Amino acid sequence: MTKTIQAVTMPKWGLAMTEGMVAAWHVEEGSEIAAGDEILDIETTKITNAFEAPGAGVLRRQVVAEGETVPVGALLAVVAGADVTDADIDAFIADFEANFDAEAAAAAEGGGPEPEVTEAGGRRLRYLKAGDGDATPALLLHGFGGDLNSWMFNQPALAEDRPVFALDLPGHGGSAKEVGPGDVAALAAAATDFMDALGIDRAHLAGHSLGGAVALAIALDDPTRAASLTLVCPAGLGPDINMDYIEGFIAAGRRKQLKPVLEQLFADPELVSRDMMEDIIKYKRLDGAVAALQTIAGAAFAGGRQATVMNDQVEAVSAPVQVIWGTQDRIVPAAHADTLPPQVEVHRFDDAGHMVHMEKAAEVNGLLTGFIAE
Amino acid sequence: MAKKSFREAINETLLQEMRRDPTVIVMGEDIAGGAGSPGEDDAWGGVLGVTKGLVAEFGRERVLDTPLTESAYVGAAAGAAATGLRPVAELMFVDFMGVCFDQIFNQAAKFRYMFGGKAVTPMVIRTMYGAGFRAASQHSQCLYPIFTHIPGLKVAIPSSAYEAKGLLTQAIRDDDPVMFFEHKAMYDEEEDVPDDPYTIPFGEANLTREGDDVTIVAIGRMVQFSNQVADKLEADGISCTVVDPRTTSPLDEDTILECAEETGRVVVVDEANPRCSMARDIAALVAERSFGALKAPVRQVTPPHTPVPFAPGLEDLYIPTPDKIEAAVREVAAA
Repeated sequence: MTKTIQAVTMPKWGLAMTEGMVAAWHVEEGSEIAAGDEILDIETTKITNAFEAPGAGVLRRQVVAEGETVPVGALLAVVAGADVTDADIDAFIADFEANFDAEAAAAAEGGGPEPEVTEAGGRRLRYLKAGDGDATPALLLHGFGGDLNSWMFNQPALAEDRPVFALDLPGHGGSAKEVGPGDVAALAAAATDFMDALGIDRAHLAGHSLGGAVALAIALDDPTRAASLTLVCPAGLGPDINMDYIEGFIAAGRRKQLKPVLEQLFADPELVSRDMMEDIIKYKRLDGAVAALQTIAGAAFAGGRQATVMNDQVEAVSAPVQVIWGTQDRIVPAAHADTLPPQVEVHRFDDAGHMVHMEKAAEVNGLLTGFIAE
Repeated sequence: MAKKSFREAINETLLQEMRRDPTVIVMGEDIAGGAGSPGEDDAWGGVLGVTKGLVAEFGRERVLDTPLTESAYVGAAAGAAATGLRPVAELMFVDFMGVCFDQIFNQAAKFRYMFGGKAVTPMVIRTMYGAGFRAASQHSQCLYPIFTHIPGLKVAIPSSAYEAKGLLTQAIRDDDPVMFFEHKAMYDEEEDVPDDPYTIPFGEANLTREGDDVTIVAIGRMVQFSNQVADKLEADGISCTVVDPRTTSPLDEDTILECAEETGRVVVVDEANPRCSMARDIAALVAERSFGALKAPVRQVTPPHTPVPFAPGLEDLYIPTPDKIEAAVREVAAA
């Protein structure tokens, strides 16, 4: 048992988060915890999610009570060995509180990774880079209607070991709204242009939904670009797609119309927050955004079926492939994973839907970091 | 996306729409900043610097410094709009609008109707309104109810920098004359505003807060005050919906009535003079159409029916404040 005392602090999930509320403690004071254990739920204006223990030890003190809201960087709990005295814990907390300046923490966070913009293949693409080092980078590709914030719970975990780029695909987020033909091949070409523009020869690719099909298309087109493939509730493995969702997403102009559409994304519909809807509506108001979505939907899901189905080509992918699916997915059926060859690892979560990487962030992060490290 | 002030959001909108569409022109008093003073072309950019930089990029062909004759240049803007341009005329203070009522009420507002739909009038009049600037009774009025009264005009009153960009972009692209109201106390207020152009549709109210107990309908700057009140009262167990109609013409009656019926308690906050105001209009709407759902009388928070006072102490008393809104909300919540 180590005498080290570790601070557990309020994380920053997503670019806009400045504070969070402790929604529930899952671990009582005095309990042994391992790194990666879910120790509490944190609620932000955008979403509620479980927070994992950064290290192992005994949860000696819950500093923030359930229902309290504190700024990013504030002390939530203290983890230490059982042999550390209460007096030492008290001193540690007093010292932390004395030195913690919420405004300074917020300013420091503001100086953290910010989205950047590059010109690639003749169009503007926005991305968020986190992490650094010489390890093979990772590239994260969101799904239809999403953006780089889709990975807010996953990118920080991956970025501990390597540079991680979350990209806004053409037509999405802060990227240019020209999508060309808008099919999977066009989006894959744009993602490859992005890799070229940033000098990324090879990356671990992770794609969600339509981004999964894009990742798979990149790996099939040029096997040298993909170090590994993680497909999260991916398109591209079968014909089915929930067109009520796609059309509803395109048509909804107000929160009231959007809410029932977005609720289909999660096993727990309560996760759809006001801020999440507001962000999507603001995106859809941008010049060209709705036209881009219509073009993509018309090309990738023509006639209500997925136009690019590659499940019989997965065997040809030389890089290791894993698939992660929430079995309650109402957008792309998890049964599409049943057709995959045996060398593909398939991980299913029964209590998650299409946004499994948000709903089961801790588990998905474990699968991502473990798989990529191999 | 970056934080931008209300002023920067409007400036960026004008810049982007002028780049996007060569028929967009701007005109007004001092908007380039000193016609006839060589080397000082862009010193001002309007009385509060909103049009700064436009003349440098677009030149005097599209950025017209006008004489001090609102009746002439507002009439010219209406004619230009009817014949193929998209003018954005700046009429410094809404208080000065009286001299060009005919051009607005009888010409611009009526072209589409009188010409059997064969003419459109894609014109915007940007103007400053509101008290709190120690500018006395001839430079502090709201007056948007007067324009809301005239069929054929659209009236937009943004409540924040994000709203200003989206609503002004929509106003410029709209084929009807739009009166665009900017509260002079809001120019330095900042928030996240996307760099790319976007539009916010007219006639679509925004719920800036959602609650179960009381509906506050607020116009322009009063939306911010009402948000502050809603946040404060949430802690005291009174949860409020705040409705920002965004445009008073067209008015999103459905959303106002829906919220009124959900909460059964309504406060309307309006900085304009109370007689024939949006407060009266919305209160009457709710009383007529949602009477059965009301649990308390509709309350209106407005200034008294007097000119805006010049004496600072009196001006402060004149303007609706968060304290006055809070008192009204508490009263209807308890009724």
